[in-house]
Amino acid sequence: MALFKNVIETIQMIEKEKLDIRTITMGISLLDCVDSDGAKARQKIYDKITTCAQNLVKEGERIDTELGIPIVNKRISVTPISLIAGASNDSDYIEFAKTLDKAASQVGVNFIGGYSALCPKGFTNGDLRTIQSIPEALATTEKVCASVNLGSSQTGINMDAVRLMGEIIKKTAYDTRQDDSIGCAKLVVFCNAVEDNPFMAGAFHGVGEPDKVIHVGVSGPGVVKTALEKCHNASFDEMAEIIKKTAFKITRAGQLVGTTVSKRLGVPFGILDLSLAPTPSVGDSVARILEEMGLEHAGAPGTTAALAMLNDAVKKGGIMASTSVGGLSGAFIPVSEDEGMIESAEIGAITLEKLEAMTCVCSVGLDMIAIPGDTPATTISGIIADEAAIGMVNHKTTAVRLIPVYGKTVGDRAEFGGLLGYAPIMKVNPYSCDHFINRSGKIPPPVHSFKN
Amino acid sequence: MRAVVTVIGKDRTGIIYSISKVLAESNVNIEDISQTIMQGFFTMIMLVDLTNMTGDFKQLKSDLENASAALGMSIHLQHEEIFDAMHTI
Repeated sequence: MALFKNVIETIQMIEKEKLDIRTITMGISLLDCVDSDGAKARQKIYDKITTCAQNLVKEGERIDTELGIPIVNKRISVTPISLIAGASNDSDYIEFAKTLDKAASQVGVNFIGGYSALCPKGFTNGDLRTIQSIPEALATTEKVCASVNLGSSQTGINMDAVRLMGEIIKKTAYDTRQDDSIGCAKLVVFCNAVEDNPFMAGAFHGVGEPDKVIHVGVSGPGVVKTALEKCHNASFDEMAEIIKKTAFKITRAGQLVGTTVSKRLGVPFGILDLSLAPTPSVGDSVARILEEMGLEHAGAPGTTAALAMLNDAVKKGGIMASTSVGGLSGAFIPVSEDEGMIESAEIGAITLEKLEAMTCVCSVGLDMIAIPGDTPATTISGIIADEAAIGMVNHKTTAVRLIPVYGKTVGDRAEFGGLLGYAPIMKVNPYSCDHFINRSGKIPPPVHSFKN
Repeated sequence: MRAVVTVIGKDRTGIIYSISKVLAESNVNIEDISQTIMQGFFTMIMLVDLTNMTGDFKQLKSDLENASAALGMSIHLQHEEIFDAMHTI
């Protein structure tokens, strides 16, 4: 009878509550592809990716069939291109982006991450060239995702990179203006970036990682919400317990998928990232969990506390279920990818400032937020600096994925399609931070003692 | 290798006959069957052994789906390990 109950519960989680494996991401090191001749390096990159990942999609689909749990995305992350292209004599890196795009199409994955630069303390030539080429790279490729890590708790924040990224985001928005500036949806700016994140757009394969590795990202906001619905008047302690137990089950499903894929492909299993990652479809929303906890809408007073509890309980359940928990693991709060969050933004229940507060206690940052196309680059840089400061001081990953939608303003709506969803354009504080952003240098790292 | 077959829908005659016929044709042995009415729906769970299965998993799944569609019911075929993983410490 226990089996009976477990089988029915699992099927309900998958069918009604949208439990899925959000992504299987193969991390591939490109360090052995470096060459002073860019064309040779690109050939090695193409060959390595198409060889290592040739069976990734096929095995993913097979496991999906056998376990009956949907594996939504198969993806690839690679060593930051600033390191690989930086070793070549090329000065234009666009061809590297095109090579990644071609390799991704060949193996059938839907995104490839790692068009990235790591510059928390300063730039190499490779970093600068990579960053400068991001707008064109994202406008001319379909599957390539870019990220820039510009700060850390150990090194402080590279404010020159912050200033530059404001401009790069604006240019990316302009270069993809025909599609509501969708290029910006594939560009993440990080502080304290993790090297084993399976989720796009911020995935890259860190230099400390093995040659090849399989990471798995699991999701299931609907499952958590349904579990909470069953005990509407539970105390906080009881709610935390329910979330933990649910997270445990979700994580176990991911662990099984990860180890099975890893065994079948002969590639080591890396980490399991249990993140409540919403999608725009109804029943797959983190905002609705917060509402189930007792808020009229996400963004109401109490939202930060509710999210803090949710995020922590998810981590605790996940850590109990798997010794390989890594990546970002927590709750994501992207606006355009969450049906409940979209509603909150549309009615004005949630603001950019409240979202910033929420990022202090959850796993990532200001994610998939559409802002007016005429927002100054320095204002975008100011928002990035604020978010990076939160990450730096609190020893956590923070990210910014803002979309200044070209030609649109507050009251309009941006449509990105698919998993990226749609979003109302949100209001940005109109006051200037020009002089602050236009200073040069770094914000020094914070003290790691005297924590009063 | 064991798997779980779950059939859910409106009760009628011939459910076990139709499903077990497909399983027998693929040389899949039924180890256990239990059934109940849950929330007004007939629910049957079979534990089956795939060790000597002829043909592949995907084909069996597709044959079972065709048989259950003819009955107007929904069916799932899943490896047993997903339930063990999710529900046992």
